[in-house]
Amino acid sequence: MALVERSTPYYVPWVERIPPQWWAVALLLLIMPAIANDFILFQVFGWTFLLGMIALSLMFLAGYGGMVSLIQMSVAALGGYMVAIFGTSGVESISMGLPWWLYIPVAVVIAAIFGTIVGALAVRTEGIYTIMITLAIASAFFYFTRQNYGIFNGYSGFNLVVPPQLFGVDWRQAVPFYYLSLGCATLSYLAVVYVSRSPFGLALQGVRDNPRRMAALGFNVTAHRIAAYTFASVIAAFGGILLVWQNAQISPGTAGIPAVIDILVIAVVGGVRRPIGPFIGALIYTVLRTFSPDILTGFGMSGERFKLLIGLGFLAVVFFSPDGVLGLWVRWRNRKTRNRDPLTGAVK
Amino acid sequence: MTLTVTRNATEGLGSVSSGNALELRGVTKMFGALAAIEDITLSVRPGERRAVLGSNGAGKTTLFNCVTGDFLPTSGTIRLFGEDVTTFPAYERIRRGLRRTYQISLLFGGLTVTDNVYLACRGVSRGRFSLIRPRKGDPLLTRTAELIEAVNMTAATDTPVSELSYGQQRQLEIALALAGAPRFILFDEPAAGLSPTERSELISILTGLPSHIGFIIIEHDMDVALRVAESVTMMHNGKIFKEGTPEEIENDPEVQELYLGDGHG
Repeated sequence: MALVERSTPYYVPWVERIPPQWWAVALLLLIMPAIANDFILFQVFGWTFLLGMIALSLMFLAGYGGMVSLIQMSVAALGGYMVAIFGTSGVESISMGLPWWLYIPVAVVIAAIFGTIVGALAVRTEGIYTIMITLAIASAFFYFTRQNYGIFNGYSGFNLVVPPQLFGVDWRQAVPFYYLSLGCATLSYLAVVYVSRSPFGLALQGVRDNPRRMAALGFNVTAHRIAAYTFASVIAAFGGILLVWQNAQISPGTAGIPAVIDILVIAVVGGVRRPIGPFIGALIYTVLRTFSPDILTGFGMSGERFKLLIGLGFLAVVFFSPDGVLGLWVRWRNRKTRNRDPLTGAVK
Repeated sequence: MTLTVTRNATEGLGSVSSGNALELRGVTKMFGALAAIEDITLSVRPGERRAVLGSNGAGKTTLFNCVTGDFLPTSGTIRLFGEDVTTFPAYERIRRGLRRTYQISLLFGGLTVTDNVYLACRGVSRGRFSLIRPRKGDPLLTRTAELIEAVNMTAATDTPVSELSYGQQRQLEIALALAGAPRFILFDEPAAGLSPTERSELISILTGLPSHIGFIIIEHDMDVALRVAESVTMMHNGKIFKEGTPEEIENDPEVQELYLGDGHG
C-alpha cells in the first residue's frame, strides 16, 4: 500500500486522539447555518452529506475489503423506495402509510437484505468481475423499477415523500434538514471509523491483504466479505432515506446507471483509503454540480455540461493521485519527510 | 527465552483421540497430468516432531497445502486427531488446532505487528464478527502481547508489517502459528534466509514448544532440521522415499547419494 498509516494504539482516550483541526471543522459545521444561506445548506451540504454516506458505504467495501461494488446506489434507492412504499407518498394506491418508527427500520432491513444477497453473489468474484456483476445487478434494478408498476410505480415513481413532522419540526426546511443530514453523516462516519478497528473490521482488512492467510488463521473469508456488504448496505440505506426526503420524490432515474457511476466517482475523487474521503468527494461533486452551470454559461457553453468538468476532474485525480484528493493532501503534508537525506535524516 | 502456550483447549482432547495427530492415507494431488504428490501415506503421533526433507519439487509444500486445506487432494484421506477432514475448508481445520507457517511470509502488510497477532488470536476464538473494539485488559490483547514477546518482537509492536525486516517477518510468521491453542503445526522452511543468530533463536523457540504440540518442519538446513526433529521423512519426486530417525537418515547411503551429495559426511 502506498500510504501506510500508523494505526493508533488501542487505549489512548478518544478525546486525545482527535487532532485540533477536526474540532475546528466540527465547530464550523455546527455553526454553518449562521453563515450560509438556505440554498447552500439544503442543496450543497444536504446533498454532500447524503451522497457522502452512500459513497462511504462503497469506501468501506473498497478501502477495507478490497471490493469495488457498484450496487451501493441501488441499495440506497431501495431504502428510499421502501420509505415511500411503507410510509406516505402522493401515490396513495401503493403507499401503506405506516408510522415512521416502523417504516424506517423496515426500509433499512429490506435494503440490507438486498445488499447482502448481492454481496453473496459478488464475493465469489474478484476485481473487475465484482464491478461487472454489481453493475449488471444495478442495471437490472433500474429496469425493474421502471417496468414494475405494482410495487415501484414504474416510470413515474413516488412523489410527495417527506420526512415525518417530529417534535413539531418540518425536517424538510433547510436548517432542520442540514442538521438531520449532518447528524446521520457524522454517525455513519464514526461507525465506520469505530468498526475499522473492531475485530470484524481488522479481519476485513486482513481479508483484503491476504485472503488465503486469513483462512489459515481460522477465518471464514467468504462469510466475512458478505457481512461487510450487510454493514455497508445499512449505511447506504440511511443515505437513501435522506435522499428521498431531500428530493421529496424517488423514481427509477435515482438509481440509474449515471447515478451508480457518480457514487464511484465521488468515492475515488475523495479517496477510498479513509472514511473522510467520500465526504470530500461528495462536497467537490456537489459544488461542481451546483455551480458549474453558471461557470460554463459564463464561458458561453451549455450549462448541462457540468459532467464534463466532473469527468475531467475524475481523470485528473485518477492520473495524478490514485488515492484521491486525500492522497494529494497526505503527500503534500509529508513533503518534508520525503525530502530528508536518507543518511543523516536532515531536511534538504 | 520463555514460551508459554495455552493448554486449556488441548488438555483432555489429546487423550480422547487415541490415534495419531495427523494421518494421511494415499493422498495424491494432480496438477493436470502432473502428480505433485502421489500416494502419500504418513502418520504422526501427537507431540511428535517430524522433519520433511527433499529436494526442490519433491512435493513438500504441496503436502502442506493439502493438509491445511489450501488445496483439496485429488484422492486419499486426511485425518486430523482422528477426524476425517479431507473435504473441510482451511478455517475449519485451523479451528481444530492445526496451524501452519508459509515459506514466503504471508502477512498483512497494511496492519501493525499487534494487529497481525491479534487477528491470529481472534481467528481461533469466538467473536470473529464482533463490532466492539477490544478494551484494555482484553484477554486476547494480553495473549497477543505474550506471543509478541515470545518471538522477541516487543520493540516492533506498533510497526506496520511492511516496514519489518525479512527476519522479523519470519519471526512474526511463527507468532501467528502459535496463536490460540495449537495442537499441531506445519512449519514451511522457517529458517530460510535467517542469519545464524536468528537461526539459533528459531531453534530455541522450536525446541521450547510445550511437549504436547507436535509439528512437521520442512527445512533445507540439516542443522536446524535434525536438531529439532525426532523423526525424518525423505520425499523424492512426490513420493515418500525413506522414513527413520535423524541418525538413520543421515547415515543412509541412498539418501546421501540423492540428497546430501557425495561430499557429505
